[in-house]
Amino acid sequence: MSQTLSASTLLAVPLAPLVGSALAGIFGTRFGGNWIGRKLTHTLTILGVLVAFVLSAATLKSVALDGARFNETLYTWMVVGGLKMEVGFLVDGLTAMMMCVVTFVSLMVHLYTVGYMEEDEGYNRFFSYISLFTFSMLMLVMSNNLLQLFFGWEAVGLVSYLLIGFWFNKPTAIFANMKAFLVNRVGDFGFILGIGLIVAYAGTLNYSEVFAKSGELAQMGFPGTEWMLVTVICICLFVGAMGKSAQFPLHVWLPDSMEGPTPISALIHAATMVTAGIFMVARMSPLFELSDTALNFILVIGSITALFMGFLGIIQNDIKRVVAYSTLSQLGYMTVALGASAYSVAVFHLMTHAFFKALLFLGAGSVIMGVHHNQDIRWMGGLRKYMPITWITSLLGSLALIGTPLFAGFYSKDSIIEAVHFSHLPAAGFANFAVLAGVFVTAFYSFRMYFLVFHGKERFDQNPDAHHDDGHHGHDHHPHESPWVVTVPLVLLAIPSVLIGYLTIQPMLFGDFFKDVIFVNAEKHGAMAELAGIFHGPLQMAMHAFSTAPFWLALAGVVTSYLMYMVFPAVPTAIKRNVMPVFNLLENKYYLDWINENILARGARALGMGLWKVGDQAVIDGTLVNGSWKLVGWVSSIARKGQSGYLYHYALVMILGVFVLMTYFVWLK
Amino acid sequence: MGLLSLAIWVPIAFGVVLLAVGRDEHAKVVRWIALVGAVISFLLTLPLYGQFDTSTATMQFVEKTGWISRFNVNYHLGVDGISFWFVPLTAFITVVVVIAGWEAITQRVNQYMGAFLILSGLMIGVFTALDGLLFYVFFEATLIPMYLIIGIWGGPNKIYAAFKFFLYTLLGSLLMLVALIYLYTKSGGSFDLATWHALPLGSTAQTLLFFAFFAAFAVKVPMWPVHTWLPDVHVEAPTGGSAVLAAIMLKLGAYGFLRFSMPIAPDAAHEWGGFMVALSLIAVVYVGLVAMVQQDMKKLVAYSSVAHMGFVTLGFFIFNDLGVSGGLVQMIAHGFVSGAMFLSIGVLYDRVHSREIASYGGVVNTMPKFAAFALLFAMANCGLPGTAGFVGEWMVILGAVKFNFWIGFAASSALIFGAAYTLWMFKRVYLGPVTNDDVKGLSDINAREFFMLSLLAVAVLYMGLYPKPFTDVMDVSVAELLKHVAVSKLN
Repeated sequence: MSQTLSASTLLAVPLAPLVGSALAGIFGTRFGGNWIGRKLTHTLTILGVLVAFVLSAATLKSVALDGARFNETLYTWMVVGGLKMEVGFLVDGLTAMMMCVVTFVSLMVHLYTVGYMEEDEGYNRFFSYISLFTFSMLMLVMSNNLLQLFFGWEAVGLVSYLLIGFWFNKPTAIFANMKAFLVNRVGDFGFILGIGLIVAYAGTLNYSEVFAKSGELAQMGFPGTEWMLVTVICICLFVGAMGKSAQFPLHVWLPDSMEGPTPISALIHAATMVTAGIFMVARMSPLFELSDTALNFILVIGSITALFMGFLGIIQNDIKRVVAYSTLSQLGYMTVALGASAYSVAVFHLMTHAFFKALLFLGAGSVIMGVHHNQDIRWMGGLRKYMPITWITSLLGSLALIGTPLFAGFYSKDSIIEAVHFSHLPAAGFANFAVLAGVFVTAFYSFRMYFLVFHGKERFDQNPDAHHDDGHHGHDHHPHESPWVVTVPLVLLAIPSVLIGYLTIQPMLFGDFFKDVIFVNAEKHGAMAELAGIFHGPLQMAMHAFSTAPFWLALAGVVTSYLMYMVFPAVPTAIKRNVMPVFNLLENKYYLDWINENILARGARALGMGLWKVGDQAVIDGTLVNGSWKLVGWVSSIARKGQSGYLYHYALVMILGVFVLMTYFVWLK
Repeated sequence: MGLLSLAIWVPIAFGVVLLAVGRDEHAKVVRWIALVGAVISFLLTLPLYGQFDTSTATMQFVEKTGWISRFNVNYHLGVDGISFWFVPLTAFITVVVVIAGWEAITQRVNQYMGAFLILSGLMIGVFTALDGLLFYVFFEATLIPMYLIIGIWGGPNKIYAAFKFFLYTLLGSLLMLVALIYLYTKSGGSFDLATWHALPLGSTAQTLLFFAFFAAFAVKVPMWPVHTWLPDVHVEAPTGGSAVLAAIMLKLGAYGFLRFSMPIAPDAAHEWGGFMVALSLIAVVYVGLVAMVQQDMKKLVAYSSVAHMGFVTLGFFIFNDLGVSGGLVQMIAHGFVSGAMFLSIGVLYDRVHSREIASYGGVVNTMPKFAAFALLFAMANCGLPGTAGFVGEWMVILGAVKFNFWIGFAASSALIFGAAYTLWMFKRVYLGPVTNDDVKGLSDINAREFFMLSLLAVAVLYMGLYPKPFTDVMDVSVAELLKHVAVSKLN
């Protein structure tokens, strides 16, 4: 392994955005007295991310072409009883790819923000947060150990909290950010236990040292049970992934996170942070490969998320929520790929999805700006005339999402479907059904949105909720295309959304790119090997697609949505009327929020109140503490009677005492 | 005079001078003298770090002279890796507290400042005493200034609170006195801690001793179910009193477990380890739930302190290095974080004169600088990595999983509860639109408050990002302690 990567260059990658963030956050906000203006703030932060992107691209180049690797400790956080806790970088194919995805999407989002947040008074604060996010995410993906992974994991959670609640005067936003943090904490609860088990049994936090001991771990049982130790470890770790990557039933925070400004929905809640769970499982593949039980569990959770979250996308009317449910469903696909031991396919889909989903979100943001901050797709329509760049790029993004042959999403999604098909795990049957059905659902909701937004009748004048602010400035209500800072990122994201799959499927799935990163037990889990067997280049794969089910399912989805929303608009309403119970179930998101809020949250508060009022106040304080001093009071009230202060009482007692003593000594002894 | 004696007596001397000559007419001078005294006392503790040898577990900076020679009581001081950090921490918190009381305290300023300086010296005395009786004297003496601080500068119900504090803790420590006298006779007339550590003891004797010490230390920590004094006292105590109480005084109890209970009665400590772990977990889970429903910010942070201290005792009684070091780290971290939480509440209380969460809402709109600090401290309170609050919890959870997965499982629930009660409070107090005229009229923190919160913010971040200096000091002593505790004292 050649060592062409230097620690200082790698260190500059996360630190450049951190410096930008610190400058913007301290000197550009009310905290430090608004010393630097908007222009300087966005220049500094964009520069920071640009530096990070350029260095990441250079790193990817040396990793991919020169085979460079890096695995070193940078500083020791602490040492306890021989257990080293360190900060260090591991750079290999997976890391380098993630670094590029993160910094590229982040750069696009920074640029886009210049236009999108133009009128917001928290402009500089926003830049500080997104640069801080970039730093945290880079630390997460570049880590060579579980401690730093956990650091990054929580740090991106913090920034997500700050950004969802960016508009802190909006009650829904500050509810959503707390919910996001708490649900993620449930995931972290599992994650930290998984890490704890690894430390307890492998005695190290360093990835390569843990993997070196995977053979030993595989032999161990979980104390007091028949379970395999690695199964418990992997399921604990995966619970962490379920929180961060929003898998059922810990997905509930992601749709609400749409309360945050749109650029961060693209960056954090679609392209990067939510894929941290997928990344982590791929990184931990040597452990997950040891437990079929864990893989089955992952398959089931992923399938449920992929299919059932897609259903919810169908009935949403908020443009961002449609994309959010689509993100959930796609994260489900990635999880399914993990469960099928096709880790590289999951990561591949992670990458393609990052581009086209960031594109779709930023496109949605552009639409929202174009129609004057309305987010309801029922009051859009016909926008293609007014917003041509947004229209074309969104169309490309949607085509990529539904898996149109030759587009990026096609290569990754079809590979997932094939991999599940080849998996022999018991849960693979259900997963196979879910991912196939999901193709139809994805195409249906994606094009429902696309048609309602860009085609058909122009309905933006009819919005009953539109705020009538034209009293003071009489701008016409006609939609308008967004400024270049918004459209340029759309175009730059559209390019990889179309091409990246075609260009990279060969090295990423079947080449050496992930060879020393991802471990697959080919004897037991042969999906990848079989996948490689039928792969004859990207072009043939696209040609072959026309004779397979996914293509026709996707086409059927598009056609159905066209018929229902463009040709026969009465049909959806009729369907809704006829299947009211189903509609209600979907409208209420399977009642999970209701359960969480009314049973879990309220239950915890009631329990807390009970313990406080009964346990602390009545039993401990009322009975024991105050009871004991009442007891003292009672005893002393009796004792007090002996201390009347009257001389004759004391004299009497004294005489009686003398008498008793005399009796004892003289007669009884 | 040795460095430790200076660390104890310099603040006490300053305090006595303030009490003797300070007058409210010269409040300004009094404050400056107090600040100078606190800063000098803090600076005097720094050479300790420079000269501390991390490679040995023996007592360092030892001073020993006869005190009451008739009973073989010595003025015997020293620190090892276990007690070391509490010396500078105490002095540091005292500096912060003096700054915090700068404007809020306008009456009997000299007595207020004097009490804190004297208290600081006495608490350092507790952490450094190596003689049983000396320890007891310092331990009990700390009650007096704190009793006065609560009773004089406290809230409306201050007398009840001061009495509850005094009686609760005094009753506990009386049993400890019995234990000390027993050990004195048993060891043939010695109050020397090292002698007691080596003293062989029978099973019954150890159990009785363990519970005698338990009575004193569990109340002080406080452990469930003897924790109910803490919320009542915090609510009535002035801001500085709460900060010192939470940051340092609670640690006296936890420290006692490591210095007395475990090494003197190791067999009993093991035998009753499960009991201690159970009480600790109850503190984490039960008190975490109780904290969630509090309406009063100080009560909420008080309950949160009990839950965090549960981590400390949990770490101690799982008898592994991650647990014990983690418990110690958690003690230091909690010193910074809980101090910061109470001082933040003080900042709001000074302006609005309410501790009720419902009296606030949308503070970030009028106090953006303050809200940034408050967010940092809130995140530290729910154990976010990169802050001090994370380090100890992380170590104790890892240690607990190593000891027994299900104990780790129960302890990890703090991740959820801690975040729930802290962030819910943060949301209701700081976020959202401005809810009332009080909040609307708030002025952001001034330079003094900014400086005070910055000191704590730097400490919280430094410890979170680079805890190595802290654990390096402890490592050898903790290993030695565990080795000692692992050996049975029954013949």
